[in-house]
Amino acid sequence: MVTAPSVILRAGLFTNGTFMASSTRVTFPNKLLPYVLLAPQLAITAIFFYWPASQAIYQSVLREDPFGLSTQFVGLDNFRRVLGDPNYLNSLQVTLIFSVATALIAMALALLLAVMADKVIRGKGIYRTLMIWPYAVAPAIAGMLWLFLFNPSMGTLAYLVRSTGYNWDPLLNGDQAMVLIVSAAAWKQISYNFLFFVAGLQSIPKSLIEAAAIDGAGETKRFWTIVFPLLAPTTFFLLVVNTVYAFFDTFGIIHAVTGGGPGKATETLVYKVYNDGFVNLILGDSAAQSVILMIIVIGLTAIQFRYVERKVHYG
Amino acid sequence: MIQNNPIGRLIAHAILIIGILIVAFPIYYTFIASTQSLQEILRPPLSLLPGGHFWENYSAALFGGVGRIGGVGVDRLLFNTLVMALGIAIGKICISILSAYAIVFFRFPGRMIFFWLIFITLMLPVEVRILPTYKIMVDLGLIDTYTGLILPLMASATATLLFRQFFMTIPGELVEAARVDGAGPWRFFKDILLPLSKTNIAALFVILFIYGWTQYLWPLLMTNRNDMSTIVIGLRKMISFADADTEWHLVMVTCILAILPPVLVVVLMQRWFVRGLVETEK
Repeated sequence: MVTAPSVILRAGLFTNGTFMASSTRVTFPNKLLPYVLLAPQLAITAIFFYWPASQAIYQSVLREDPFGLSTQFVGLDNFRRVLGDPNYLNSLQVTLIFSVATALIAMALALLLAVMADKVIRGKGIYRTLMIWPYAVAPAIAGMLWLFLFNPSMGTLAYLVRSTGYNWDPLLNGDQAMVLIVSAAAWKQISYNFLFFVAGLQSIPKSLIEAAAIDGAGETKRFWTIVFPLLAPTTFFLLVVNTVYAFFDTFGIIHAVTGGGPGKATETLVYKVYNDGFVNLILGDSAAQSVILMIIVIGLTAIQFRYVERKVHYG
Repeated sequence: MIQNNPIGRLIAHAILIIGILIVAFPIYYTFIASTQSLQEILRPPLSLLPGGHFWENYSAALFGGVGRIGGVGVDRLLFNTLVMALGIAIGKICISILSAYAIVFFRFPGRMIFFWLIFITLMLPVEVRILPTYKIMVDLGLIDTYTGLILPLMASATATLLFRQFFMTIPGELVEAARVDGAGPWRFFKDILLPLSKTNIAALFVILFIYGWTQYLWPLLMTNRNDMSTIVIGLRKMISFADADTEWHLVMVTCILAILPPVLVVVLMQRWFVRGLVETEK
């Protein structure tokens, strides 16, 4: 599963130019031992990664009836049907809105808080401790917490909203359901982004900021002309991480809070793969959707490799 | 030095405190709710101070004797989740430190091919291969087993890449010195490499423990029996808005119990966690 940490490690891959290091290293001469050491990981990888992934690709060009009685080769028909399906296009749109909103809100709030934390002198450690723990909350539970607050029958905040006369019911209104899951998803991700922005801010040389201050640049100007551009690598990195998070890791939020509904207002791509495969048992379509998702992951990974390690602020 | 602006700093503190209130509020609210009776919860608005039913609710959830979630107690669910999180964290660290060791400290035919085979799995998250993986698990008879919950999540390139990256920074002289002193590969691994990797292992452990504890899609697919479920899935099964019988006060308690262990791990191991998260990236 794509998790946030996995992406970080990916980003660290090319550091020190060691990715394709030459073989000048001192090594041990054993011939058999390295294969034994590699065996457990390779076995698990083959059984649980390569075999199912190739099955997904294979099934994506087959049409099978739900009982598995007959199968026929249909070429790219599944893809054509999936991409022409208004429900699929709807879930693509839902995913895009959800991801962009989640990433923007989570990053903007985290950046604001990180800049503030960089300013204060006392209490830095306490603020950090109090800020990081939602990282440990499972996405599904984050969704439930927000549902407790905002569900119309017993949530206190829902009660307050409704008492102003606003008709708040995320279980019936699609837009409100979207607001709810975006809030929960963004809330959970703030702590993660906060840590990275704090680290990014610390690595900006103070002399640059002081020089600008001497030249008479005010605080706001210093932020937008010096700090923000120098943070660009962190920001870009987090943008990719948050997009991956919103695409894949938020399945739990959607499954626990809205179940893709009301209607199909919060049905994201991953939720639809699950729903078509396990609930509706349309295997060919589900497999085709899996392959499309695979292509999206490869795309995101490629973007990350291409740009993250290039220091964005120079280019 | 930039002029020290006390008002600016005051504003910064104020914004941080508001931020922390937003971050903490949903969890605080749930905690409050977990100390109220069912009737109080169902009659919003809830008071913002803990109610008087703390012991009553928590002991009912933990030792109530009545299986809350399809005949299974919270303790069983917590135990399952703990086994899963520990299994994934420890298993992943073990197999990836071994394979990284092989790739960095040995030269053998196919080395780069194996490296790429592991590396490419980054692009195959569970979500994109749900159905076929599920089929394999059924064929292998791993549904409703700890092996089924743990093993497929154990292999991933991330930990291997982290260890590989770290091993690359170990000077060759160290290997040479060890070899001159007659240390074999096992000796070198045990007495030099492992002690040097301690911080990395700790950092990775925190991240992977959280990863394992917060899994959702995989346990949802892998478990049919309620007594093999994880706490997050169990919680999801407890909640029903259509059903008037949902015991919300116990749901809140379960929620707090599900959040507590990973939060404790993050807060208590904060130093390693932050290091693992942020500094490996540099």
